[in-house]
Amino acid sequence: MSSKAKNSIRLGDIAHARSGDKGNHANIGVVANSAADYAVLASRLTVERVAAFFAPLGVSRVERFELPRIAALNFMLYDALAGGASRSLRIDTQGKLLGTAMLELELDD
Amino acid sequence: MTLRIGNGAGFLGDWIDAPRRLVESSRLEYLTLEYLAELTLSILARVREKDPSRGYAADFLDVLASLTPALLSQPQLRIVTNAGGMNSAACAAAAGKVLADAGLGNVAIGVVSGDDLLGRLDKFQQSGHDFAHFDSGEPLSSLGKPIVSANAYLGARPIVEALAGGARIVITGRVADASLAVGPAMHEFGWRWNDWPRLAQASVAGHLIECGAQVTGGYSNTWRDLDLASVGYPIAELESDGGLTITKADGSGGRVDRRTVCEQLVYEIGDPRHYLTPDVDVDFTTVEVEKTAPNRVSVRGATGQAPPDTLKVSIAYRDGFMASGQLLVVGRDAVERARACAAIVFARLRAAGVELEATNVECLGAGDGVPGVSAANEDAPEVMLRIAVRDSRREAVERFAREIAPLITSGPAGLAGYAAGRPEVRPVFAYWPSRVARDATPTQVEVKPAGDWANSGSVRRI
Repeated sequence: MSSKAKNSIRLGDIAHARSGDKGNHANIGVVANSAADYAVLASRLTVERVAAFFAPLGVSRVERFELPRIAALNFMLYDALAGGASRSLRIDTQGKLLGTAMLELELDD
Repeated sequence: MTLRIGNGAGFLGDWIDAPRRLVESSRLEYLTLEYLAELTLSILARVREKDPSRGYAADFLDVLASLTPALLSQPQLRIVTNAGGMNSAACAAAAGKVLADAGLGNVAIGVVSGDDLLGRLDKFQQSGHDFAHFDSGEPLSSLGKPIVSANAYLGARPIVEALAGGARIVITGRVADASLAVGPAMHEFGWRWNDWPRLAQASVAGHLIECGAQVTGGYSNTWRDLDLASVGYPIAELESDGGLTITKADGSGGRVDRRTVCEQLVYEIGDPRHYLTPDVDVDFTTVEVEKTAPNRVSVRGATGQAPPDTLKVSIAYRDGFMASGQLLVVGRDAVERARACAAIVFARLRAAGVELEATNVECLGAGDGVPGVSAANEDAPEVMLRIAVRDSRREAVERFAREIAPLITSGPAGLAGYAAGRPEVRPVFAYWPSRVARDATPTQVEVKPAGDWANSGSVRRI
């Protein structure tokens, strides 16, 4: 996790998010609060940053998709769920917490 | 004409009163009820194994009983549901009885089948369908584990067939969630099956309402002022030109706004340029979302193209057993104490000759909900210790299940929660996503009066 820099922005202050499962993969949809906030997301919420944030879960690969007309990004987190809905030994077998957890991500320049 | 489709269930276990509240507070042409998450069918397959007259979403029967007054007083109301699960005919028989008992024995029930491939898997494989895993590409023949269920995701066509055949209630097994709404739209509007923009709009409608209250304020981080106790389940208003408004009943709790709709649009999707259903390949990136009035959001601009000539198939196989046990741990060193408890459990199991294949220890309350990602709190004054294990041997998991309770008297002080009982050992159903050629999976539709279905109850259809 990044340390808090001076111009850092907490993701949850400019966007909201929702997560769910696809087998052993998770997706997180992140929706900006405004067009200006979407510009910040588009430039700062990179695949690398998201992959680093969720690395402890054993994510193998992150993919980012853009939906500019609704000011949203969609992230696919591959192999994020330790086996998925049926096999995972975690309490959050379906990645329901990931969206809320992601809102704490600090976005530096 | 405005077609109003409400959805009263987003999964098996959803709020049992939601469908009744929805039809009592809004005039709907269609009520959809969605019960089948990815692995629900494997659970229902096991139920059917034990009792050939079951294996469907039994919640639907309670819901249907609660809907009979509305079915009597609202002649326009129809129901489309995938409650059939692994046994649509048995579901129709039981539903037929509920209806007949309420004086609705003449109501026509349509049953859609053809999704269940389990009995035909060998034949399919012999004729060259390898059911390669979505991700790994491995053929199903390489699996070597017992398969519990295999279901193709059907589209809207057989639903339309059932409605055209006069069905007021349509019961299906596995169909694409969005198709539950696309079927009614195609039936009512008579769109062509290659009218991609309208099919795309109807599919977006189905996708937005398929998870029930998740588009009306549920699963939201702005939960505080939403009155979720009385949350209104969603209504999609479709127009013949493909126009779509998402709304909810006046006076109900929750909220429909740009936030709730956009969050649900991107819920459980992959590449937004290709949201695949058996009906259409939808592009979500052209969709625009605009609030037009309080709790009314217009959704337009979805585009689409022809869907692939394959259908998604969900296959589930047995993969050992698992169990999880929990204890509350309190004390100024709660986290350390909890981890010591887990160590005691595993040491005792080792001493008894049991080494488990997979284990996980969580201190819930100390940041382990999203381990390594959420802020850790090693100073939490109390945590819920949760130990989960998985193993190919049932007896090993059963041995583990006996090791939680003894901690109360033979572990550290500050433990509670033993009254919850010994952890339940349950089979693991692992998931094998695949595809099958669409033209190799014909569908069947049967429509007859509820009273006739009720009398067919003892016959199990394979």
